[in-house]
Amino acid sequence: MKGCISPSVHLSELQQIHTHYLFIIMLKGLQSCWDSDGAIDMGCRVTKSNQLQLKACDPAMRAALLIQRWYRQYAARLEMRRRCTWNIFQSIEYSGQQDHIKLYNFFGYLMDHFTSASSQRNLVSQMFRESDMFQDVEWERQFCYKDIEVPDVYGGPHLSFPLTVSIVTELVDAFKNKQKLHARYVLQLLGKTWTLLRLMPNISHVCSCKHTEITICGDLHGHLEDLLLVFYKNGFPSAETPYVFNGDFVDRGKESMEILLVLFAFLLLYPLDVHLNRGNHEDHIVNLRYGFTKEVLGKYPVHGKMILKLLQKIFSCLPLATVIDQKVLILHGGISDKTDLNLIAKLDRRRFVSALRPLTRREADGDDEDVSAGRRRVQSLTHGLTGQSRQELPRHSELHSGSGLTGRSRQELHSGSGLTGRSRQELHSGSGLTGRSRQELHSGSGLTGRSVDEELRERRRLAGLSLSSDSQLGSAEVLESDAEEWKQIVDVLWSDPMSQNGCVPNEVRGGGCYWGPDVTQEVLDRHKLKLLIRSHECKQEGYEFCHNGRVLTIFSASNYYDVGSNRGAYIRLGPDLIPHFKQFQASRSTRELTLRQSVGRTERSALQALRMQLFTHTSALIREFQEYDPQCTGVISVKHWAEAVEKVLRLSLPWRVLRAQLVTSTRDGTLNYQHWLNQLSVIQTHTEIANTSLLETLYKHHSNLESIFRMIDTDHSGLISLEEFHQTWRLLSSHLQTVISDEAIAELADSIDFNKDGSIDINEFMEAFRLVEQCRGVGEDEPAPQ
Amino acid sequence: MADKYNAETIITETQKRISNAFDVFDHESNKTVDVREIGTIIRSLGCFPSEAELHDVIAELEEEEPTGFVRYEKFLPTVTKILLERKFRPIPEDLLLQAFEVLDQQKRGHLEPEELTKYLTQEGEPFTQEEMDEMLSAAVDPDKNVILYKDFVSMMTFDDSR
Repeated sequence: MKGCISPSVHLSELQQIHTHYLFIIMLKGLQSCWDSDGAIDMGCRVTKSNQLQLKACDPAMRAALLIQRWYRQYAARLEMRRRCTWNIFQSIEYSGQQDHIKLYNFFGYLMDHFTSASSQRNLVSQMFRESDMFQDVEWERQFCYKDIEVPDVYGGPHLSFPLTVSIVTELVDAFKNKQKLHARYVLQLLGKTWTLLRLMPNISHVCSCKHTEITICGDLHGHLEDLLLVFYKNGFPSAETPYVFNGDFVDRGKESMEILLVLFAFLLLYPLDVHLNRGNHEDHIVNLRYGFTKEVLGKYPVHGKMILKLLQKIFSCLPLATVIDQKVLILHGGISDKTDLNLIAKLDRRRFVSALRPLTRREADGDDEDVSAGRRRVQSLTHGLTGQSRQELPRHSELHSGSGLTGRSRQELHSGSGLTGRSRQELHSGSGLTGRSRQELHSGSGLTGRSVDEELRERRRLAGLSLSSDSQLGSAEVLESDAEEWKQIVDVLWSDPMSQNGCVPNEVRGGGCYWGPDVTQEVLDRHKLKLLIRSHECKQEGYEFCHNGRVLTIFSASNYYDVGSNRGAYIRLGPDLIPHFKQFQASRSTRELTLRQSVGRTERSALQALRMQLFTHTSALIREFQEYDPQCTGVISVKHWAEAVEKVLRLSLPWRVLRAQLVTSTRDGTLNYQHWLNQLSVIQTHTEIANTSLLETLYKHHSNLESIFRMIDTDHSGLISLEEFHQTWRLLSSHLQTVISDEAIAELADSIDFNKDGSIDINEFMEAFRLVEQCRGVGEDEPAPQ
Repeated sequence: MADKYNAETIITETQKRISNAFDVFDHESNKTVDVREIGTIIRSLGCFPSEAELHDVIAELEEEEPTGFVRYEKFLPTVTKILLERKFRPIPEDLLLQAFEVLDQQKRGHLEPEELTKYLTQEGEPFTQEEMDEMLSAAVDPDKNVILYKDFVSMMTFDDSR
């Protein structure tokens, strides 16, 4: 045997010995396999710990032991699969949120690059129409419901004001029976909600009386069934059963509108006992992307846009946090090391319309006639700088402590190194929206060649500020405080906890921070608080503690990723301020599925999502595979496949474990990658589009595209003109720095079946590129065809 | 020479498998896992230890002062040895079937849920109620309300070979 183990010259001696040792063990293992093949091991092995079992070797006992041993292994394998599936969904969800960064930067890019001469200007100003300058009274007149008639044939619920318990109960029942509330009542209800919310402070302070327990719910995301389940188990909101709802009521699920109406109805009924916190999804631009806008327009084709506009106002009026007994802080996302509740209490939250839209100037400053909108980007970091430091434009470090950056190993962590020759992204960093991966860092094509000074001057000009030193200083003050307030709010709505100490920008989400246990301690102690309750992240059991029990995540949308993926939970908090949990899982079908079936089903969804991700990276994958296949045989080893995929996708997943599910035909540990990639593209197109990379680009950005298209379609008619379609594409392609020729776009437009003169139906366009999207909970039950 | 190459490859591949499985449960990305997940990890790698054997392994993996966590530096060599040694070998299908037949004293070809529950929650290394419920949900034929163990075994072992 020794003769076979000739040491390789490259291994160190220790390694050689180690390998040799393992080799022996392996051989022994093989040997014993042969030896004892016939012997029946019924678990009566003679080890120290088995002496107990040695005594009772009766057949039934031995049989039971065997079955137990076997089943536990099976259950463990299921658990492993479930965990992997979970990780897949989380990775994809968070990496998908990086699209937000792209979107934000795209808007900024648009604002930078339009010229007054070009027709693109109209396009952009359409998107950023500053119609918010009206007074509230004006708006109330706009939102008036009084002229909307409810026809006699209407079979849905009726509302009359002031609301009573029975009216609201009937409303809930109606929704349970899948009825829809008439637009008139919707607007009426929303209008009253808006009036009420305007009176509320940024932070609600609640007292738990001696005998009541407060119920706290996390993300609902349009899952009406879960909300109803909570009400069923816990009771409707009332003076005896106060509730806090911690944001993210909408998006993803299909009954977001109903959830809002129910929550607002209870809010109007019991304004002192129902508390709503804003979440990062209470944001109209996020809604464009994640389904709420679509839902509203689908349910209310005539009045949808009015409803959405009113909701935009309501969202910005939602309080940002709730504090119980001055000891327990409840807010949606989290905190950062700079979080200051006093500051948050004082700011004007209504100015903060969307995380993805620059802060507008205060109305008081006047000068609002010049509404070439979006020219006012008042929170650029540069305005806070004095002359000397203009050369260095540090990234983030002004606003983040960037302590140690011990934090996350996620992708690219930017250190506070001063970067000269600004890119537009750096100048945005004051907005609190962080993070570009190094790959996506554009030097802002077209902006190169200018010195920093010139650049600053240009920006100030665009922002409408004069160059005189006085006003510079004045505006510098205003702007810095804006930047600070902005950051406070974004941190509250978007941050996530991490286990390492410190506070670093949340690159994955594109907004807020990752904050560590030291920050929790410092911030909570500084405010004399005991516990932070937040939501924002899906948890398998519906809740999870971290940071030595001082941070609690609560999530109330069960089956969030797919049927069987997770439970929802809510908290009951008594005067002792010790949280008690109740878990639940909606959907009768979950309970009927065996464990194996529900794991399998969720797994299929996750795998399909993963396949889509792989597909969007086809070109990059091919390039990477070819590195391992210099002879262009078309075949690579499974090992190299895993390495390549990990590198390209940059999703930290157990690729080897997943390989069996993603690559079905391997031979002798190798696979034909071209063949495999072809199999991935299960695209249903109504058209013949030869250009594969256009397809990939389209698919990769389809969510953003949809958001952008919907923004262009300001009258929400579902149609945009051919010219607008072209313009958007041109802008997107120059932003992405990929070449998408006008001809290709024209071909695309032609091949889509549009039959409205010179207009494209957005829905048709998006449908034409639909991959089977069951992972987004679109309601299909069938697994994807393999 | 070819043998050596294969041996090294097998060893390396084994260690990669172990590393991947470990990573799935390394929630903090700091090369530690909760000691309570060790059983799941080892079993998912294809081992079939009894609970008692598992406790021995855990005892070996724990620190002198148990922290509740197991470090990768200890995990890897121990588990590599276990896998290469094929220490906790799978249970062949026919053996499993025999075990069920032993419990089926009247040789009816099926077992009542209550019977199986009694055996598995009282004998050997007893199941928890949760484990029992999970197994029953997969094993019990919904129409006849009995466990047709022959079908059950073939269905489950087919799954295993995926």
